[in-house]
Amino acid sequence: MSAMNDKHILSSFDRDLESIQANVMKMGGLVEAALANAAAALENRDVELAEQVRAGDKAIDALDVTVKTEAARLIALRAPTAIDLRLVLAVMEISSHLERCGDYAKNIAKRTLTVTGGTEIEGAHGALRRMSRYVEEMMKDALDAYIQRDVAKSQEVIARDAEADQIYNTLFRSLLTHMMEDPRNIAVGMQLHFIAKNIERVGDHATNIAEQTIYMVTGELPDDDRPKQDRTSLTLQEGPIQ
Amino acid sequence: MNMYDSPEREAKLDQKATKISARNVQVYYGETHALKDVSVDIQDKTVTAFIGPSGCGKSTFLRCINRMNDTIDSCRVEGTILLEGEDIYDRRVDPVQLRAKVGMVFQKPNPFPKSIYDNVAYGPRIHGLARNKAELDDIVERALRRGAIWNEVKDRLQSPGTGLSGGQQQRLCIARAVATEPEVLLMDEPCSALDPIATAQVEELIDELRQDYSVVIVTHSMQQAARVSQKTAFFHLGNLVEFGDTDQIFTRPQDSRTESYITGRIG
Repeated sequence: MSAMNDKHILSSFDRDLESIQANVMKMGGLVEAALANAAAALENRDVELAEQVRAGDKAIDALDVTVKTEAARLIALRAPTAIDLRLVLAVMEISSHLERCGDYAKNIAKRTLTVTGGTEIEGAHGALRRMSRYVEEMMKDALDAYIQRDVAKSQEVIARDAEADQIYNTLFRSLLTHMMEDPRNIAVGMQLHFIAKNIERVGDHATNIAEQTIYMVTGELPDDDRPKQDRTSLTLQEGPIQ
Repeated sequence: MNMYDSPEREAKLDQKATKISARNVQVYYGETHALKDVSVDIQDKTVTAFIGPSGCGKSTFLRCINRMNDTIDSCRVEGTILLEGEDIYDRRVDPVQLRAKVGMVFQKPNPFPKSIYDNVAYGPRIHGLARNKAELDDIVERALRRGAIWNEVKDRLQSPGTGLSGGQQQRLCIARAVATEPEVLLMDEPCSALDPIATAQVEELIDELRQDYSVVIVTHSMQQAARVSQKTAFFHLGNLVEFGDTDQIFTRPQDSRTESYITGRIG
């Protein structure tokens, strides 16, 4: 739709919309960095970096408040309609998703401080790092697709969540196996599992951001019919894979 | 499945009856093709808003519905407009009778230079709707109540209508329009000369009138269209570009020209 790229007659309206989007993108950048740093701190047992991630969440929370305030102001003063309205609604949702991801990064960092110095479960840290890279990539692409208003790219991000769930499943079973083998692994195993779950949730939020982009562009949310790959809720009945 | 409880049937029952049905309406002012092939069904007991930039044809189309364009010599109307299935451009239709059925309210309040009472009684008198003074009093009171102005004027019915405030004058004009028991009310930017409070009162009145009439309103205020109407039609360069539920038009318009116009972009 070529007309959509046209500027508003009232240029201050465009400036308001650009400002709110700039803040969301700034948030996206901070969240991506927080996740990468949290995973790196875990893998390298870097306590200082973990502390930095914990402290950095404040800035993400503050940006979320800024975005929500700007959105409320824009709705009150500009009465946005159609694409403008959908953009503001999507921005508010995306901001909430990013804020939550910031919390997950912070939580990973907190748990990192706990597990550092404890027993190590072989291969778990590396697997968590790989999983983290995978969802960071999803998040980055979801935000790029949002800025480019790219529906196809958003759909592709949504499809990738199944793989994130698979990685989590595998890790869950592996952690469970280690904990069953040696109860001394349980304390660390539980912490690592929470970390894995946090990372997996980031993938879900990236998916939700991609859905918001599709809503913003088309006016309709995609059907929630993607196959659910997280089957760990059934694992106790099935037992771990040996 | 029993045909009586099929979803299609329920959807049909839910739909309001068509009041005005326009097909392939063309309007020319001399050489100028002002309205191009407009086809639309306007529902009963619904507020339909016509929006679009100046010169888009929305007022021209509105004026076709009660044959106000007949008064313009160079104007030529083609196509059909049915009111309850009757062709309003049929030779046997008397435009004066038609305008009693299809009332109109204009941009600027235009009360007659007569008393408040006589303003409202004018239509019923010329159409012979009252047999005596008591009946006429009844009609005037009912119309003024429907115009949501009765309480403000009941003690001064003999004062001139022109002495009222702008918002009151407009509600008086609405009362005058409903006094002849019309089926359709046409409003051409009824609030553009009113302050926000008077506008809100007229909008509240429009919402009440919807219980009894099919209301068609031309407005330059898109927020007003969004506030008062259930259906919206967007006109551009003489074409009816998009017609749909108001909430759909303002959240996800289908045509990029509609999108550009309602979001305040240059189309």
